[in-house]
Amino acid sequence: MRRFFQSDFFYAFTRSPLAMVSLFVVALMVLSAVFANFIAPTNPFDPASLNLMNGFTAPMEANIFTGEKFLLGTDDQGRDLFSAILYGLRVSLFVGMMAVGLAMVLGVLLGLIAGYVGGWLDTLIMRLADIQMTFPSILIAMLIFGVARGLLPPELREEMAITVLILSIGLSEWVNFARTVRGSTMVEKEKEYVAAARLIGLNRWQIMLRHILPNVLGPVLVIATITLALAIIAEATLSFLGVGAPRTEPSLGTLIRIGQDFLFSGEWWILLFPALSLLALALSVNLFGDWLRDTLNPRLR
Amino acid sequence: MLLIILRRLGQSVFVLFLVAFISFMIFRYVGNPVDNLLGQEATTERREALIESLGLNDPLHEQYFGFVFRALQFDFGVSYRTGEPVAEMILNRLPATIELALVSAVFAILLGVVAGVYTAINRRGFIANTILSTSLIGVSLPTFLIGVLLIWVFAVELKWLPSFGRGTSVDLGFWSTGFLTVSGLKSLILPGIMLGLYQMTLIMRLTRAEMLEVLRQDYIKFAKARGLSDRTVYFGHALKNTLVPVITIAGLQLGSIVAFAIITETVFQWPGVGLMFINAVYFVDIPVMSAYLLLVGTLFVLINLIVDLLYLLIDPRLRDGQLRGAES
Repeated sequence: MRRFFQSDFFYAFTRSPLAMVSLFVVALMVLSAVFANFIAPTNPFDPASLNLMNGFTAPMEANIFTGEKFLLGTDDQGRDLFSAILYGLRVSLFVGMMAVGLAMVLGVLLGLIAGYVGGWLDTLIMRLADIQMTFPSILIAMLIFGVARGLLPPELREEMAITVLILSIGLSEWVNFARTVRGSTMVEKEKEYVAAARLIGLNRWQIMLRHILPNVLGPVLVIATITLALAIIAEATLSFLGVGAPRTEPSLGTLIRIGQDFLFSGEWWILLFPALSLLALALSVNLFGDWLRDTLNPRLR
Repeated sequence: MLLIILRRLGQSVFVLFLVAFISFMIFRYVGNPVDNLLGQEATTERREALIESLGLNDPLHEQYFGFVFRALQFDFGVSYRTGEPVAEMILNRLPATIELALVSAVFAILLGVVAGVYTAINRRGFIANTILSTSLIGVSLPTFLIGVLLIWVFAVELKWLPSFGRGTSVDLGFWSTGFLTVSGLKSLILPGIMLGLYQMTLIMRLTRAEMLEVLRQDYIKFAKARGLSDRTVYFGHALKNTLVPVITIAGLQLGSIVAFAIITETVFQWPGVGLMFINAVYFVDIPVMSAYLLLVGTLFVLINLIVDLLYLLIDPRLRDGQLRGAES
């Protein structure tokens, strides 16, 4: 721990207001998502707590029927928007992190295999990566989402929507991890410690996972942070388009989609607050990722 | 030279067959064509007859080549949802998407190059810095939020422009165009901006970077020393030499315009192929999804091929060695 506080990395962090502010915002949002059920005044998805009379209450104004006040107003069903955003944040962050986790595990494993084993496996994996790179990842995510929906029986589609969403975003973002890990694995495997490990008779998997993996993880963390911003935006986009999180379990993107319907009738807050939350989240993760990249590994630029 | 071109062509054909194979697998195994055409309650005999007539009992490779063969004749089967032939659905919606892509590409290239040149020449200027920092925020905004914002400001508050649809379009027989009516043109503005904005910032940054690079060269100093006007130096000498990479990137971006058109068309309820695809994903309309994948895949492979061949034409150094590493 002391070593961490004395490191160059920590010093660079304390000298960068941008990094500190963005990390603070990210931490705040993660915490409020995790503790959403303690912070939120109401549970927005418990039908018993909703009062239709509270519908369309403007922020900080008393409702004309019930006299209740809501910090950020309510939507058409009288749902407190502040609580809905906290729960939406939870869905958005959960999907984003799980998707990045999936992409990271998949990409790192494939990258290790491609770089260490080489040969036709390397050609196969990298060709696949090349082909996938030429298509925008959001398009691939949409396709996987559609195919997975087609494979599921109709009654499971709503229930499994979040899992399918994680799968489709995760599978569309693995390429960057694989490419970077493959590159650094090819450098590492020429080093003496790998030769020594091979000499004492360790098998391929032991060498790859126990010896090479820890040495190629640095850039992976940077890519993971940057990919997290991409994944959060991808999730919001898919949910906004109606092919993501269902209305029963809305993410920020779903809330924005709902809010757009009320723009014309003048209920601007239903759109504005979820949009601002998404913006703050995506922007701060992005800025922190950029700073991390510039500080830890300027070569990745 | 010829060998390289042939090898490159071979790669493209291979990727095309791979894309066709994926769309075939989706078409054949995701969802059930028999259930969708006959309904669950059909008798076994009718099922057997349909399975036989669709050729679902044939060996897999025969079915695959049948699929490719029919696709080459623009036969993608029938939509599960509407019962229309998919090819007809695509042809009806294609003009809307192409016109939208065209408008946004022109917007992105014109404004991007102009802004790029301006910010490169006035490097320390206040306006240049404002443009650059605004573009940074613009890139971090999710595209759909930009569309929603445009609708809010220009359609809801100011009521200047329509918020959805194409307006009135004129039917030219094979092509329905929105270019010929006022409402059609007005409807193009907001979606055009939304779709082109990201590409515009990209082109602007690229033009700026290339321009700064070129402006450092000796021949620019020499041209200035000769007493040529700023205008001739910047636009006659400098800009010309920055355009090659800008054009290739703009060409490569054509593919992402198609992908982002899905988002734009959904936000603005624009009756193009992107909206058709999203609805197909939502309603699990497998033939439409598979046909869309095939079309877009072909488009991407073609764009990459053309860009690679153009490189070969422009840069003689590439002719001797390998082509670029990343290709499809």
